[in-house]
Amino acid sequence: MRHYIAVFALLAAVYCEEVFNGDQVLRIHAESKKHIQILKELERDVDFGLDFWTNVVSTELPVDIRVPHARLYAIKNFLKENNIPFTVMINNVKELLDREREEMVHNAEMERKTKSFNFAAYHDLDTIYNFMDTLVANHSNLISKVNIGSTYENRPMYVLKFSTGGEKKPAIWIDAGVHAREWISHATAVWLADRIATDFKENRTPVPSILSQMDIYLMIVANPDGYVFTHRSLSEFYRFWRKSRSATSNPKCHGVDLNRNWDAEFGGPGASDDPCAEDYRGPSAQSEIEVKNIANFITDHGNFKSFMTLHSYKQLLMYPYGYVGTDAPDRTELHDVATQASKALNSWHGTVYKVGSIFHTIEQASGASVDWAYLRGIKYSFAFELRDTGEYGFLLPADQIVSTARETWYALRYIMQYVCDHPY
Amino acid sequence: MQSVIRTHLESVSSHSCYATELSFINSSTRRRSPPEWIMKTFCSVWLLLSLVELRPALPVSQETPLACRGPADPALQQPETPEEMDTTGDLEPTHYPARRAATVALHYLNTRHGSPYRVFGLQQVHKASAEDVAAGGRKYSLDFSVTTSPSGSAGPALRCSAEVLFPRTERHTPPDVQLNCEALQQLNSTAEDEAFYQKYITPDSAVSAQYLPDSYGNMSEDMQPFWRLARVAASFIMLRESSENTEFNMAQVASITQQESSEKQLMLDYVVLLHDLPSQEIIQWKLLASWSPDSGVRVLQMEWQPRCPHATKPPN
Repeated sequence: MRHYIAVFALLAAVYCEEVFNGDQVLRIHAESKKHIQILKELERDVDFGLDFWTNVVSTELPVDIRVPHARLYAIKNFLKENNIPFTVMINNVKELLDREREEMVHNAEMERKTKSFNFAAYHDLDTIYNFMDTLVANHSNLISKVNIGSTYENRPMYVLKFSTGGEKKPAIWIDAGVHAREWISHATAVWLADRIATDFKENRTPVPSILSQMDIYLMIVANPDGYVFTHRSLSEFYRFWRKSRSATSNPKCHGVDLNRNWDAEFGGPGASDDPCAEDYRGPSAQSEIEVKNIANFITDHGNFKSFMTLHSYKQLLMYPYGYVGTDAPDRTELHDVATQASKALNSWHGTVYKVGSIFHTIEQASGASVDWAYLRGIKYSFAFELRDTGEYGFLLPADQIVSTARETWYALRYIMQYVCDHPY
Repeated sequence: MQSVIRTHLESVSSHSCYATELSFINSSTRRRSPPEWIMKTFCSVWLLLSLVELRPALPVSQETPLACRGPADPALQQPETPEEMDTTGDLEPTHYPARRAATVALHYLNTRHGSPYRVFGLQQVHKASAEDVAAGGRKYSLDFSVTTSPSGSAGPALRCSAEVLFPRTERHTPPDVQLNCEALQQLNSTAEDEAFYQKYITPDSAVSAQYLPDSYGNMSEDMQPFWRLARVAASFIMLRESSENTEFNMAQVASITQQESSEKQLMLDYVVLLHDLPSQEIIQWKLLASWSPDSGVRVLQMEWQPRCPHATKPPN
């Protein structure tokens, strides 16, 4: 049925466009009672073929008339002879109709694309980047794509900005894909982007109220070079790649652990000096362009209130510090927030997350992004290790993507609401 | 000594290097705070000898001896920090020291009771404590629950208690585990194990596969019992290699090739990839395992596999 209506609409459009070819819409500014009288006479003369879009009422209101092409010369002459001022509002009605039709087709195409986007699958970088463009096109009132710089191999780094306007509103940062092999993090972020957009569009609490007061920045792929590398082959050397792809002091080993390269107790225990190690910290803090781009962006913005990073695996929700075992000043509050968030997560599917500081829960880590954010005053900083606890590890089956994403959303939503309710 | 060095280095150069980009895993010298100067001195001396003898013949990349970069030698690793690791008495169950010890207990449990249709996983640690032991070492007492795969969290959880002793010795010694799980005795070989055995013990059976699961987490249902068997076999290696500074898990089965059955045992050649959480390293092992419902899993051969080419610059 939908199909038939669409075909009919198309035929009608094509027919109608031809009918309107060359027509113009004139806006008439009547200045006296005499003008009004003349215009009213024109209005009554249906044989003349003028299409009055607005009625003739008074000198206060302009009158819009669609004039058929054949009548243009005559009517313009008539108006000039009677000293009635007018302007051309629409130069060619057909062109306008053409543009509108194109936009409609384009939008329908876009909508079809997002509706048919397979969230229950792992996608390569190009597909994810296309998805971003589609999402932005479909929610252009809310989402924009920000290019924050290039990677080592010269790929663009994009952040999706969710904003209802305003100048540098307090903001929330979420990133995924810092470690290339943790595919569930990218896949979750893709789903999250769509979910935030949809919740806003359908006015689902608490997203509209959060977005009325805060902006959300979501970086789906923080390590594009690494991610591309993991897709190059099924071979384990590629699929289990973790780091960036920069050249190091060792020509046989590439890459820096992008979560050990931040300027937060850089150089301390909890990272390696060996370029061949998986947790190689790099030659200096922020030596990696990817880290530098994100750090600069957040610093320049200056008004981030929360920083969250998605990783896998182990099912943990953690807060600072990673570099040392002493409690962060806000430890009690952060622990409470994380605990509540993990309960919200658990309510969806029964998945159990453990909560604690990075240092105590997973291991000592220096140069970690969450520590960097916290030490810069971004109080609500958290790190997620998503599903599972080891059965599939990095190779989480795609049929778990959507449930993982949804339960993660429950936790994130709780934290975002909390951040929004506790300005500082 | 020189001849030993020469044959050793020859064997290094003959290892098949899969691709020029493959990087060598440096899993021995850990980044925490090992007594590096000892290793460095040893390696420097070792290298000096080999360089003097063999420099013209060998490419630079193979000068550093394999012994310096062998499989993770956890004895050389110091604990991450005194605070966390030397805590005596009650341990926080959600913190990593308790979890690592429980993981070791799980490896042990799997070696004893794992099968194609039964692999145990850690559900959670309820209580944990640790104490130093007179002989030098650390003993963890654990109270934890485990899940069984397949069925996983959907199935019943088993309550277990264990004592895991990590010896602190010069060279790495595997941990010692004493384990008790409720209802373990009642766990018999399942019907599915039997059916699986009957299907593949036939003389012409020659199963082989790669990448279980694949990059996307996919695995055919037929291959799942082989994957689970690999996890059980890998547990022998993971148990042996474990220390307080490691947390092993099997990341993937790179390949499986069924060998001719021997003495009513399924014989399986595996290459498995292990993931160590603290170092984030992926470590490759080749192993030959046997299994039958009556005998359980046994590992007959195991060999650590270096990832080529040799990566680190030799100390100059």
